[in-house]
Amino acid sequence: MSEPLLSVTDLEVRFKSRRGTIHAVNGISFDLRAGETLGIVGESGCGKSVTSLAMLGILPRQAYPADGSVMFGGRDLLRLKDQEMREVRGKDIAMIFQDPMTSLNPILTIGRQLTESLRRHLKMDKETAREEAVSLLDRVGISDAGDRLRSYPHQFSGGMRQRVMIAMAISCRPKILIADEPTTALDVTIQAQILELLKRLVSEEQMALILITHDLGVVAGVCDRTNVMYAGGFVETGATESLFATPRHPYTAGLLDSVPRLDASGKQRLVPIPGTVKTLMEKPTSCAFAPRCMYAVDESRREVPPLREIAPGHHVACFNPVPESDLPQGAITEAR
Amino acid sequence: MSLPLVEVTDLKVYFPIRSGLVVERHVGDVKAVDGVSLTIFKGETLGLVGESGCGKTTVGRTILRLYEPTSGRIVIDGKDITDLPERELRPLRDKMQMVFQDPYSSLNPRQNVGSIVAEPLLIHGMERKEVDAKVRHLIEVVGLPHDAANRYPHEFSGGQRQRIGLARSLALNPALIVADEPVSALDVSIQAQMINLLEDLQDEFDLTYLFVAHDLAVVRHISDRIAVMYLGKIMEIAPSQELYTAPSHPYTKALLSAVPIPDPKVERSRERIILKGDLPSPVNPPPGCRFHTRCPYVQETRCRTEVPELRAMKQGQVVACHFAEEIADGKITPRSEMVGLAP
Repeated sequence: MSEPLLSVTDLEVRFKSRRGTIHAVNGISFDLRAGETLGIVGESGCGKSVTSLAMLGILPRQAYPADGSVMFGGRDLLRLKDQEMREVRGKDIAMIFQDPMTSLNPILTIGRQLTESLRRHLKMDKETAREEAVSLLDRVGISDAGDRLRSYPHQFSGGMRQRVMIAMAISCRPKILIADEPTTALDVTIQAQILELLKRLVSEEQMALILITHDLGVVAGVCDRTNVMYAGGFVETGATESLFATPRHPYTAGLLDSVPRLDASGKQRLVPIPGTVKTLMEKPTSCAFAPRCMYAVDESRREVPPLREIAPGHHVACFNPVPESDLPQGAITEAR
Repeated sequence: MSLPLVEVTDLKVYFPIRSGLVVERHVGDVKAVDGVSLTIFKGETLGLVGESGCGKTTVGRTILRLYEPTSGRIVIDGKDITDLPERELRPLRDKMQMVFQDPYSSLNPRQNVGSIVAEPLLIHGMERKEVDAKVRHLIEVVGLPHDAANRYPHEFSGGQRQRIGLARSLALNPALIVADEPVSALDVSIQAQMINLLEDLQDEFDLTYLFVAHDLAVVRHISDRIAVMYLGKIMEIAPSQELYTAPSHPYTKALLSAVPIPDPKVERSRERIILKGDLPSPVNPPPGCRFHTRCPYVQETRCRTEVPELRAMKQGQVVACHFAEEIADGKITPRSEMVGLAP
């Protein structure tokens, strides 16, 4: 197997707050290979966005410096100077966010914003950068690209703005694209367009993609591998197909059972996960999901379960994984 | 079939656009709802779906007369409320209530939960003594902790706040609840708790729901029938099973095919219609069928010039498409560049 492109080890992120330290990410590790699409799924507050911000060194000010390591191209991104990190960000690793309106500058034209990184990172002159910008807009499906360069973000719809963001992100041909809830603010028919676009670009450019989302359906359609995150840690990781077909962590299984499926046959009652996520005011000393879990055993309440391999490439952080005979109905419903 | 509780006929709601600094001129209208007719039967859940800006929220709010209709007729439980003055409308309001999307902005942060839930009871003239007992009961019914009455909204999570809003709308024993995106602000594991609660309450209190939402999977789960809206008009109404298995309107087909399904096997093998372009503006909607600019089945005749009326297709299914039969029979096929397998 090839060397990983990006290798995250024991990443830990803590925040200062008035009520004490918040342990947002508690020692997660994963590898990303060239051209691979990895999904990170979880509910709000599980630390999935913070993970990506930490990797790019753009954590908000209230955060302590991240612990662990993020190895990329032989260097640890967490130890780079600001100046060195700026060369990586946008060039080798690019990111798109949920809300394209707040990530675009409202008082600069689209053209100005698109050419900025081309001129900065690729040292293009003005004219070449403009031509490149036109071809980028064209590639992300914006017609009349030449005229559109003179437009401002407010003259674009939400879906178009996200296309512009994607054009900016791929402009320097990054090796990794991180997309944080890229379609959450969009309508479902527009979401379908944007996901198609992302899939096409990822395969054309041989980019690796980290897709961060709360939507299991989006991950199912896009990602080769999926990591499920809960309370700052990965609870289950594996190839998307096997993780969805045989979810072994009670949280993953619970999530799949609690979402209504469009293709459900007949009316089944949803099975919610009882309780709520506890706050992350202290570093967990036991399984964070145990209070909500019907499979929890004594050990779950004493120790943090490590990720263990239970099938080739399929890891679960649980002392008492869901037995295969108990698999949720949603997962065993055969494809229609 | 049971009796209709709500009958809406040819409802139009236009919001005027004004311009000019000194004298405001009326320069146009946002045609948020443009000729919607629908019936909600007693005890059923009618789902109303569509993308943002299609007018679904406006329909919900206008049925409760929170917005004034521009024209059309709204009949609730046999009584025409379209032009009732507020004074006569108020006594009827206890029969129709609303649950809002945002559990943060729809609760007064300076009122404790007990007083939030008690307010409608006091306004409608219930005795103080009875009110306390009723509030305790409501708090229990929606699954909030016993001591909730003395606490304030900020002490509760999003899901619990949504329960507070629900307790408030149940206070007056309404017949109809208009729920506008009641679960979209919630995380999936909490969403399921809320959906189950809505279903339980419907059985217990004989409620009729108009469930307005953009998430088709949720709507399909909870609704008996579903109405699909696009740019101020209804495209199709059908029982929820039929809408999924045999959608008649091209827009419904596209919408269904765009919803991601949490199953990689299904996701990677199903046929998908990717619509081109964005929603046109409701200020100046396309002539003819409003969907014709994005429709993969668009024909040279009629679609661009003639507005399709809602007409009956099969049992209980109505559709606003000139060519629904031909599409169902496979005589008209979609333009190939718009349809593809998910790669």
